[in-house]
Amino acid sequence: MPKARKIIPGVDPNLLIKDAAKLIPNPSRRLFLRGATSLGAITLLTGCDIVDEDTAVKALLAISRFNDRVQAMIFNPNKLAPTYPESAITRPFPFNGYYPEEDAPEIDGETYMLEVGGLVENKKPWTLEELYALPQEKQITRHVCVEGWSAIGSWTGTPLRDFLKRVGADLTAKYVWFQCAEGYSNTIDMPTALHPQTQMTFKFDNDILPRKYGFPMKIRIPTKLGFKNPKYVIGMHVTNQDLGGYWEDRGYNWFSGI
Amino acid sequence: MSSGTADASPSDLPKASSASTAGIHPRWVRITHWVNVIAMFVMIASGWRIYDASPLFRFTFPPEITLGDGLQDALLWHFAAMWLLVVNGVTYVTFGILSGRFRRKLLPIRPADVISDLRAALTGKLSHDDLSVYNAVQRLLYVGVIAAGVVIVLSGISIWKPVQLQELAAVFGGYDAARFVHFFAMAIIVGFLLIHVVLAILVPRSLRAMILGR
Repeated sequence: MPKARKIIPGVDPNLLIKDAAKLIPNPSRRLFLRGATSLGAITLLTGCDIVDEDTAVKALLAISRFNDRVQAMIFNPNKLAPTYPESAITRPFPFNGYYPEEDAPEIDGETYMLEVGGLVENKKPWTLEELYALPQEKQITRHVCVEGWSAIGSWTGTPLRDFLKRVGADLTAKYVWFQCAEGYSNTIDMPTALHPQTQMTFKFDNDILPRKYGFPMKIRIPTKLGFKNPKYVIGMHVTNQDLGGYWEDRGYNWFSGI
Repeated sequence: MSSGTADASPSDLPKASSASTAGIHPRWVRITHWVNVIAMFVMIASGWRIYDASPLFRFTFPPEITLGDGLQDALLWHFAAMWLLVVNGVTYVTFGILSGRFRRKLLPIRPADVISDLRAALTGKLSHDDLSVYNAVQRLLYVGVIAAGVVIVLSGISIWKPVQLQELAAVFGGYDAARFVHFFAMAIIVGFLLIHVVLAILVPRSLRAMILGR
């Protein structure tokens, strides 16, 4: 533990190793379009030969990138996500992750530091105490999962756009990239980063963000699917380069706006 | 074409259908029909896989009959084929209205005709002499499935964009309710397809007409 702190403050090294192991590509992913063999009907109709798997994958991913552009056009920077009363909050709010809840990162709030990098004037890391001192707002909004279910939660924190201005970020840059303690990451578009409801979240349901919801900080983006709302955030980079993300690199749509 | 002098049996139907010069189905109907077959096949099969990721009811679709190895593949298929479905569907409805085909072939639908035609169909007495004229049951089913098609697209867009298009999602009762609407519209369309395919097999000339136009 003390050694690891020198690398990434507040991160359990055992968890890092465990998660690194999970990141090794799964060979079964090569069977990407196994389901596509049932495309026999299409083959019959069009008279084509067997659908070439790589070609099909490339075409689908190209359309997914086209859909990114369409969604960026649909995105209205002034359109607010609907908000709800306290009584509408889903209790208990579900835990989400690609690992079981007990494997969620355990971060020491005392040693935690938020790294700020890329196209920003002030790259000084932030302690949790400094972050908590920022002006905060509360939102009760709907979290929509890519799987289809949704849940309403209460999140309190500081608007990301205020923080970006405070650290002198280049607001004309294209992306903001978030790094998480367990190896998760996300890249989001700048217009979404500047949306009034995009929040650096420190509290859930008026209490300090518990471990299962991303202690000490998550990025709450009610205009994007749940997986684009990173938890356990330890780094933030303003960049003109799309640095991808955990699920985005695994075939999920990059923009994933809602 | 043929004068059909010798054969006076009721099965001498080509004569009746060839009498109409334009054929039964114009080219745009046949093209959009078969493009729609592909689009619907992909949308339904990938949609079932997406449903399985977070089922609304106590059942899931067997993976063997779904499209996509995993949720992300199914989503890629679904959000690719949606363009085909929508562009093709809008083309079909636009042509249908502007050409007058919908008004001519799908209207009017009188409840009394529906009942009598349904009775005739169930007792095997419904006439298929002229495939260019839809009976009242066909009209009702075709109008119904077009309406279900509109609902499935609009509810689907509501699920896709419940924030940006929240006013549309509100029409369906919000995000969660729109998922149920989307599911039931699928169920109605699949139900239609089962009847439609069985009847096309029972009256093979109708399949020929949808391919060749006559």
